Amino acid sequence: MSDITTVSGSRGLQQREDLIFETGCPNKTGVDLPKPKGTKSRLGGVTRKRSTDLPGLTEPEAVRHYVRLSQKNYAIDLGLFPLGSCTMKHNPRLNEKVARMPGFSDIHPLQPQATVQGALEMIDQLATWLKTLTGMPAVAMSPKAGAHGEFCGMMAIRRALMARGEIETRTRVLVPASAHGTNPATAVQCGFKVDEIKANKRGRVDMEDFRAKLEDSSDIAGIMLTNPNTCGLFETDIREIADLIHDAGGYFYCDGANFNAIVGRVRPGDLGVDAMHINLHKTFSTPHGGGGPGSGPTVLSEALADYAPVPFVVKDEDGFRLIEEVDGKGEDAFGRLAAFHGQMGMFVRALTYMLSHGADGLKQAAEDAVLNANYIQARLKSVMTPAFEGHCMHEALFSDAFTAEGIETLDIAKALIDEGYHPMTMYFPLVVHGAMLIEPTETESKAELDRFCDALESVARRAAQGDESMKGAPYLAPMRRLDETQAARKPVLRWTPPSPEQIAAE
Amino acid sequence: MRYLPLTPEDRKSMLQTIGAKSVDDFYSDVPEAARLGGKIEGLPDHQGELAVERHMAALAGKNRTASEGRFFVGCGAYKHHVPASVDHIIQRSEFLTTYTPYQPEIAQGTLQTLFEFQSQVAALTAMEVANASMYDGSTACAEAALMACRATRRKQVVLSGGLHPHYAAATRTVCEAQGIKVIQLPPAVDDELALKDAVTGDTACVIGQSPNVFGTVTDLSPVSEAAHAEGALLVSVFTEAISLGLVTPPGEMGADIAVGEGQSIGNALNFGGPYVGLFACTQKLMRQMPGRLCGETVDAEGNRGFVLTLSTREQHIRRDKATSNICTNAGLCTLAFTAHMTLLGDKGLAQLATLNHEAACDLADALAEIDGVEILTPRFFNEFAFRTPMDAEAVLAQLDELGVIGGVRASRLLPGKKMDDVIICAATECTTPEDIAAYAEALTEVL
Repeated sequence: MSDITTVSGSRGLQQREDLIFETGCPNKTGVDLPKPKGTKSRLGGVTRKRSTDLPGLTEPEAVRHYVRLSQKNYAIDLGLFPLGSCTMKHNPRLNEKVARMPGFSDIHPLQPQATVQGALEMIDQLATWLKTLTGMPAVAMSPKAGAHGEFCGMMAIRRALMARGEIETRTRVLVPASAHGTNPATAVQCGFKVDEIKANKRGRVDMEDFRAKLEDSSDIAGIMLTNPNTCGLFETDIREIADLIHDAGGYFYCDGANFNAIVGRVRPGDLGVDAMHINLHKTFSTPHGGGGPGSGPTVLSEALADYAPVPFVVKDEDGFRLIEEVDGKGEDAFGRLAAFHGQMGMFVRALTYMLSHGADGLKQAAEDAVLNANYIQARLKSVMTPAFEGHCMHEALFSDAFTAEGIETLDIAKALIDEGYHPMTMYFPLVVHGAMLIEPTETESKAELDRFCDALESVARRAAQGDESMKGAPYLAPMRRLDETQAARKPVLRWTPPSPEQIAAE
Repeated sequence: MRYLPLTPEDRKSMLQTIGAKSVDDFYSDVPEAARLGGKIEGLPDHQGELAVERHMAALAGKNRTASEGRFFVGCGAYKHHVPASVDHIIQRSEFLTTYTPYQPEIAQGTLQTLFEFQSQVAALTAMEVANASMYDGSTACAEAALMACRATRRKQVVLSGGLHPHYAAATRTVCEAQGIKVIQLPPAVDDELALKDAVTGDTACVIGQSPNVFGTVTDLSPVSEAAHAEGALLVSVFTEAISLGLVTPPGEMGADIAVGEGQSIGNALNFGGPYVGLFACTQKLMRQMPGRLCGETVDAEGNRGFVLTLSTREQHIRRDKATSNICTNAGLCTLAFTAHMTLLGDKGLAQLATLNHEAACDLADALAEIDGVEILTPRFFNEFAFRTPMDAEAVLAQLDELGVIGGVRASRLLPGKKMDDVIICAATECTTPEDIAAYAEALTEVL
């Protein structure tokens, strides 16, 4: 197939599409605006000297540009998207419809609060759902994504240590080796030092190592632990971990990236958690949008609740009200994370999702997510190597032990692209060699799971047999394997006009 | 349960394949005391689309939208018209329901739009390189402060009194945690140039804003010269991206880092989020940048393609030594920005910026004629501050009763700073002559 060349550069439904800088021009526009009147400028001469030269396109050209580009993307709506740790579930379209209601989308964050009582009530309702599902007394709504929620939780811990007069001495945060990279990065961003804990043979926290780290606990600020963890396993000793960290004078930050596995089955509040962010774009189905926007509300325990950042919503006799300043009701707040009040557009979608599912549906969703992952593990364990024994939670983790020499995880991933699937998460968590982390989510039917398992099974067999052709995969994608080394060696991060020499050469 | 495809028979046969009796087997690692028996109390059961839509519509109906009355609120978020095609483009399944482009062979759609976005942001700000977005303008500002400290190996930043107070607060939060000293200059309508006197040999960066929170536009060139003379950087902030079609952009003022809010282009007000943070800098600082970067490369057959690059700066590789903890960025809002910008082009942007400016000039002229009103902002784009003879909160409440949402009281953003009689208001291409006349009439009545 790849040896057929075409004059157009397109291949059937795969249309070639150049950059807007090559097809558009600065004098062309896709908007019809009234002619300016020629009012005398009040800019005081603070005006742009050089034009932007930004290319414009008319609407038909622009729409075609983006639709052609869209067809070079894989998406949940095309098929199973088994990216472990990312919870790529179906994005209900009702959520999109509701988020576009003018009463939510066309209101300004700083208009008088009396004119946005419905918006504040909506935030309050979502907060109630989040607190109830997690069994936690408070929630900070303003974090803009998961990592921002981690920052929020760790800043609350920092503020609590300040209140205890121990911020200078308690500087060490324990982080398992299997953690998401955001955990250690966040701890450092909050001024803490990271101390890594080992994983045991069962993929959980090595309790012996953990206890050893607490022997001198005078400098312990807390632990950041993902549960279910990044190996897709429930931390069996979580209650004991919580008790030990509390006894040591530290706090328990739980990374809630994998909350989807346990909604309605376990409340983090019952596990001794002090802070946990919830990725609304994972567990509560707000679209991933090619890398955002996310939203990371962070639930807080009694010990940390007072330190939640501003703003937050309160209700009194006059209705709902925002506390926006570190003063009065917000006097203990650790500060402000961002402008305005959080990712409202994502809140609307998440609440719509929760109302659609209800308490019964959320529990069923968690159970189906876990069932689907275990089914994949069971179907593939004879050809691939499960990283750990026993059942998993919502994601199945395999190592590359089954592959023949010379074939690695990357090759399996790229060969899976030719089978019509987005690959699983590769090389993460770091504690498993050549890790392949598969998270199907609950929104896949059994037929889809079987089709995926058939495809991955055949790719795995080829990997075990050392099929060299896999090194060249993908063959059937819009592009062949891309040279990431070249991109990093001589970074080209923007379009620049061709030089006169280049034009002459053409 | 319309979103859950498994049937009871599927579940039964799958459990058999797995060799489990029930799903309870999978939760056997959960400490017994923490296992929930039935479903969680206090929450309703599942509902159909109609019931859910009604519930949400009732909440939406309690809010007054920017389009239903005379509306003049700005201060970091602006009411603009977004072309209809933009929302259709961002609702394409292939953009809406995909992830960060980690597998470039099947993500060229997202990657090429990011490359185009970065190129547009660099051109708009007149900077050399831009990243693939931050959460919003305020968090971009905070990250710029951290980046300046990394690049200069200094631990002090100076914030202008015209910097949006929420941006200043977000910056203080991240700096405080890392032991970075923040010097905040007092709020002032027209004093961005005070930054040049605040620079010392200890300063990592000065952060100035144009147009600033009071709407004042300032050429920050003297500030960048003063900063560079001391080995410090200039971070140039904007909250109204459309202003850059007309106003001196950061790159023409010697800025080392430019950060701002991109909401105005392609994105609705959404009560404050999600928005899109723009982040650009000089080529020299490129490797210090936070966030995702998309770069050009070739595939195995030599065809041009795009990939995420320079990821050795990022948390998933560098972990505790990363330049930032950021992972997710503003993905779909980035797409909305780039699609709208493509529809505008240079010509459309310049025209749109001019219309905004003219509307604000007309508004200022109309309000200036009212007894007791004093326009405070000397040079402005589409937003300005004015003083009233009454308390601003009372004025805005009465305007509201007359159907005019007249702006933001400065004391909401700057409490306790003796600005109780100051209102900041904005006009855009959405503002009609009738809106302006209605505002002037209502304000005359109130005063």
